[in-house]
Amino acid sequence: MSAPPGRPEPMNAVPVRHPGRWVAVAVLAVLAAMLVHTILTNDGFGWPVVGDYLFSPPVLNGLKNTLVLTVLSMVIGIVGGVLLAVMRLSPNWILSSVAALYIWVFRGTPLIAQLLFWNFLSALYPRLSLGIPFGPEFVSFDTNQLINQFAACLLGLGLNEAAYMAEIVRGGIASVEHGQTEAAGALGMSRAQTLRRIVLPQAMRVIIPPTGNETISMLKTSSLVVVIGYFELLTSVQRIYSVNFQTIPLLIVAAIWYLALTSILSVGQGFIERRYGRGLQTGPPGPSLFGFLRRTPEEAPA
Amino acid sequence: MTPMVEALGIHKSFGPTQVLRGVDLVVQPGEVSCVIGPSGSGKSTLLRCINHLERIDSGRLRVDGHLVGYRERGGKLYEMRESEVAHQRRDIGMVFQRFNLFPHKTAIENVMEAPVVVRRQDKAAAKARAVELLDRVGLADRRDNYPSQLSGGQQQRVAIARALAMSPRLMLFDEPTSALDPELVGEVLDVMRGLAREGMTMVVVTHEMGFAREVGDALVFMDEGVIVEQGAPREVLGNPQHERTKAFLSKVL
Repeated sequence: MSAPPGRPEPMNAVPVRHPGRWVAVAVLAVLAAMLVHTILTNDGFGWPVVGDYLFSPPVLNGLKNTLVLTVLSMVIGIVGGVLLAVMRLSPNWILSSVAALYIWVFRGTPLIAQLLFWNFLSALYPRLSLGIPFGPEFVSFDTNQLINQFAACLLGLGLNEAAYMAEIVRGGIASVEHGQTEAAGALGMSRAQTLRRIVLPQAMRVIIPPTGNETISMLKTSSLVVVIGYFELLTSVQRIYSVNFQTIPLLIVAAIWYLALTSILSVGQGFIERRYGRGLQTGPPGPSLFGFLRRTPEEAPA
Repeated sequence: MTPMVEALGIHKSFGPTQVLRGVDLVVQPGEVSCVIGPSGSGKSTLLRCINHLERIDSGRLRVDGHLVGYRERGGKLYEMRESEVAHQRRDIGMVFQRFNLFPHKTAIENVMEAPVVVRRQDKAAAKARAVELLDRVGLADRRDNYPSQLSGGQQQRVAIARALAMSPRLMLFDEPTSALDPELVGEVLDVMRGLAREGMTMVVVTHEMGFAREVGDALVFMDEGVIVEQGAPREVLGNPQHERTKAFLSKVL
């Protein structure tokens, strides 16, 4: 066999064999076949029941609550987290210590305890009022009316999340080279302009992946609101199977919805990551479950 | 005529280390002053004091007749607020050793950023000016590239265009060619030479003795936090008076 003109003779070597890999593939194939078989033949899975309940009103209602709680808690968490991170990095040690104290308390105590605390705030303060500190009050509210169950859920989940987000944002800001701040300062940009236009957009690249994690985690953590009597996706399926005893099929219903939401979030995260990856050559991310949705990567440098 | 830069008795320490120990320096408008010296001699720190990236511990530093970072009223000094410092820096351009371009913005966006955000210039006008400046540094065809897609020399030329976009009265260069591959040094020095010819006042910390000799109006030799010797570049390079200058030049020439 002769090489095409101008090209060297290719190496006609026998590639290294990997028998171990083929054994592993064979084992996995058998296990997968067993799994498919049992899913199809074991009546305990109750697929018709899954079909009946997947779009039933109580399940969809719980799903709606899960979504609302996740979105609003993450908004509180992200806004609070940015605020805390900026305080934490302030040259003023009082601001920095207050942020550190907040993070210490909210990361250091169980979320369930925090949810219960906000729900039972009225035991501590039966009335809340707006006014001049140590001076006259303008308006006053009954705590139980101001902080209903839903508000207690948002306070508990959101304020707890802010503590975690603060550390994520701080890490992102710290990852941006100091030279960037200096260059912006030398051009006459204020601290706020530098943070908003130069530092945060670059920090986003580091902030987004763990924030995606937090959001996906929040989808499921929000089920803890059951401790204060609120309900979401998992609670609604629990309520159903406590009556009809179809435990497994209803847990599958919940799992399907959680997986669907997680998939949507992962795809969204990919889009946001590309948006903030502009100009930064970190190479394409490794193969992902949803890699087939990715457009061709941007043109390589000339 | 008011000097563009007037430094009197500048001291600066980082913790226990004294980096500047009484530096006096005068740069007249239109003058190119090159600062040379061994590493750790305080030359970069002096440059960074001029636009208040570092705060001086004692002495007086004026740019165009105005104290940098302070206001003097009734014989008393008042520290400037951050916004006032930012306002002062608009008129002082700075070019860094490591370029420090904004990696998430294209070449033209880098150049437009400060005029639009700081000077509140109209976007179209800023863009037209940015195109002009990129053309001037020979990068008109690279305007839509991100910094990571440019060579070091090209990045440094964009950085110079970015500084010029604010129409500064004074340009500070902090070892602008030290991070470049040897074959890319020339293109950056060419741009700086052009600027000098147009009458820009420049303070250049550099190791490029050829540039200092050819373009510089004054050469300043610093060592251990003081100015050891200064004068016309040909004089200092050709006929150094101090032992330390001689020792340094014998190593780098």
